[in-house]
Amino acid sequence: MNTTDHAAVTLRPLLHEIHHALQRLAQVGEEHTIDLEALPFGPGDEALLLEFLGSGEVAAQLHALGESRVLESRFPGVWLVTHFSEEGVRLAQQLEITRTPALLRTPQEELGVAVEQFAQALREQGGADDV
Amino acid sequence: MSAHITLGEALRRRGVSRRGFLKFCTATASMMALPPTMVGAVAEALESAPRPSVIWLSFQECTGCTESLTRSHAPTVEGLIFDHISLDYHHTLQAASGDAAEEAREEAMHAHWGNYLLVVDGSIPLANPGYSTIAGMSNLDMLKESAEGAAAIIAVGSCAAFGGLPKAKPNPTGAVSVADIIKDKPIINVPGCPPVPSVMTGVLAHYLTFGTIPELDVYGRPKVFFGQNIHDRCYRRTFYDRGLFAKTFDDEGARKGWCLYRLGCKGPTTYNACATMKWNQGASWPIEAGHGCLGCSEPDFWDAGGFYRALSIPINDPAAAIGIGVVAGAAIGIASGAMAHRKKVEATHHREPLKVEQLEGKA
Amino acid sequence: MTPMDFLQLVRGPLFDIALTIFIFGVLLRLFEIIILDRKRDLSEARGGEFIAGSKTIFRRFKPDREKLQHSPVPTILGYIFHLGFFICLLFFIPHIELIHSALGVSWPGLPNFLVDVVALITMGALVGLFLYRLTNPLLRFLSSFQDYFLLVVVFLTLATGYIAFHHIIEPYPLALGLHLLSVELLLVIFPFTKLMHTFTVFLGRYYNGAMAGRRGVQS
Repeated sequence: MNTTDHAAVTLRPLLHEIHHALQRLAQVGEEHTIDLEALPFGPGDEALLLEFLGSGEVAAQLHALGESRVLESRFPGVWLVTHFSEEGVRLAQQLEITRTPALLRTPQEELGVAVEQFAQALREQGGADDV
Repeated sequence: MSAHITLGEALRRRGVSRRGFLKFCTATASMMALPPTMVGAVAEALESAPRPSVIWLSFQECTGCTESLTRSHAPTVEGLIFDHISLDYHHTLQAASGDAAEEAREEAMHAHWGNYLLVVDGSIPLANPGYSTIAGMSNLDMLKESAEGAAAIIAVGSCAAFGGLPKAKPNPTGAVSVADIIKDKPIINVPGCPPVPSVMTGVLAHYLTFGTIPELDVYGRPKVFFGQNIHDRCYRRTFYDRGLFAKTFDDEGARKGWCLYRLGCKGPTTYNACATMKWNQGASWPIEAGHGCLGCSEPDFWDAGGFYRALSIPINDPAAAIGIGVVAGAAIGIASGAMAHRKKVEATHHREPLKVEQLEGKA
Repeated sequence: MTPMDFLQLVRGPLFDIALTIFIFGVLLRLFEIIILDRKRDLSEARGGEFIAGSKTIFRRFKPDREKLQHSPVPTILGYIFHLGFFICLLFFIPHIELIHSALGVSWPGLPNFLVDVVALITMGALVGLFLYRLTNPLLRFLSSFQDYFLLVVVFLTLATGYIAFHHIIEPYPLALGLHLLSVELLLVIFPFTKLMHTFTVFLGRYYNGAMAGRRGVQS
């Protein structure tokens, strides 16, 4: 048995978990997150998982406390979210079974600040009279 | 940074956005081995987490635990946590020395009496207080004094948690663990030689986040990190079940990554987070590197009968038992047989056959 | 005492003591039997003793047809138990490692799932034997406390091994420690109970065969 066969055996429960989560998302809209750091991956397991998931239509990059990558897999609704530190070290990796990963939506807390900032920018750009 | 400022506020002042904060919480939750559903609770708690004072005492130790901790793999996240705690006393890391250092400890103790967190690495010698002293003070006295005003104690490393290598037979210094001395404070044991860095920060983060002691097992270890059996979580487990074992470190089995049980792996008796959290930025861990688990997070692992002897082999060499048994059994068996023989010979010798006349009463 | 203290105790001094008593007792009893004074047989020999005796040792591994017909249940369960017990004892890899460390000899083991199935069947056979002994009026009349006790002790070694292997009791050091403790109990009582038949059965067969051989009849 080579590494790939072995990985296939250990990955099966995870793949089933993803499948069930996807079914629940499709049927009742229930979201699910899997922390990949908490799984006892052996050598080659992660590469095989990523190969299986492939890449889909969306690839987003965030810059907040280091880089974060949000990729939709070839299966719509299955997202891979990877967080890196400012030094480029991977902090966390999660699979999100959702229609939109929460991280992509603008946080409510920052909307108020955004309104202020926009007004400020507008003032600076065209004078204060029409704000 | 003021003592009253919360972590959420501190992060905002550093220009960390809400997304950055949530990302920090995700990484922290992952580090605390919490399920992803807990990220919200972590965010809420971290938002208002106060800034605790930490006093770190080092006794009979090798500084390996501090080395491990300072090389933990996520400097941003762990850095933020360490920036946020006020590490008021740590031999190795503090700039102050001599009287100034000791004053810093006393100052922190008085200022935060009843609230500071005491971290201890290293065991405490009881045979003779002179075996290990700091500024002329014995480890025992310093531990008792510092523990008195502590809110909780974290015993970092197998020495502080269980006595560690100093306690190995014949334990020349009379080394004991923190829990052997301090009985009236909550103690969290974080054993390992050294502990997984992210387990150490995870425990700190838990205390910082929730201000509570995590659920502990029979050895005072947080269940969330030490609740899983290495053998059960090992990716080589399937080989164990199929009876495929490496017999030497360079045979075919070793190259194919088979189970290391026969090479002395202590995975079955060991509970730690290595299989999932791993070491060196999540790169690998001992079993993945091809070496059996030493069981370094378990008490007395240093006296458990040799790192390279399979777990099913008794601790002591059975040769002595076999030798004594064979010699004594054979000797006494032969002696007993010989005695039976002599008894028989004697009985034959002294035999007084009964004559018919005697029976008939004619003699 | 923590589970690890317990394991260290049963893997350390207790194991040494049990093994010493076992070897001491077995050799003591074997020597007692072997050098026992026997009356010289003055009759003229009609055949050889050695070959006939040795043949009988092996011949009697085969089930006896009459016994099989007369009491099939204990005979079949007995065979299953003995075979299963030796498979578990001698072909489970951790056991092979133990034997290798003590005696320096080794042989290939069986995959764990096979040993696992065999252990279950063996335990089932033991339970069957126990119930049979309890319910069969004749056997019950003939049974002493020791007969039941030995079945329980042997069952415990298998059951605790099964529990340890499957991590049914946590923490594992406790489960493994219980398994070792039950084995140590078995080792200590072994030479001084009917368990000794493990060795004496071969002596008995040999003597039977040798006597018959001398008389020129089949044993």
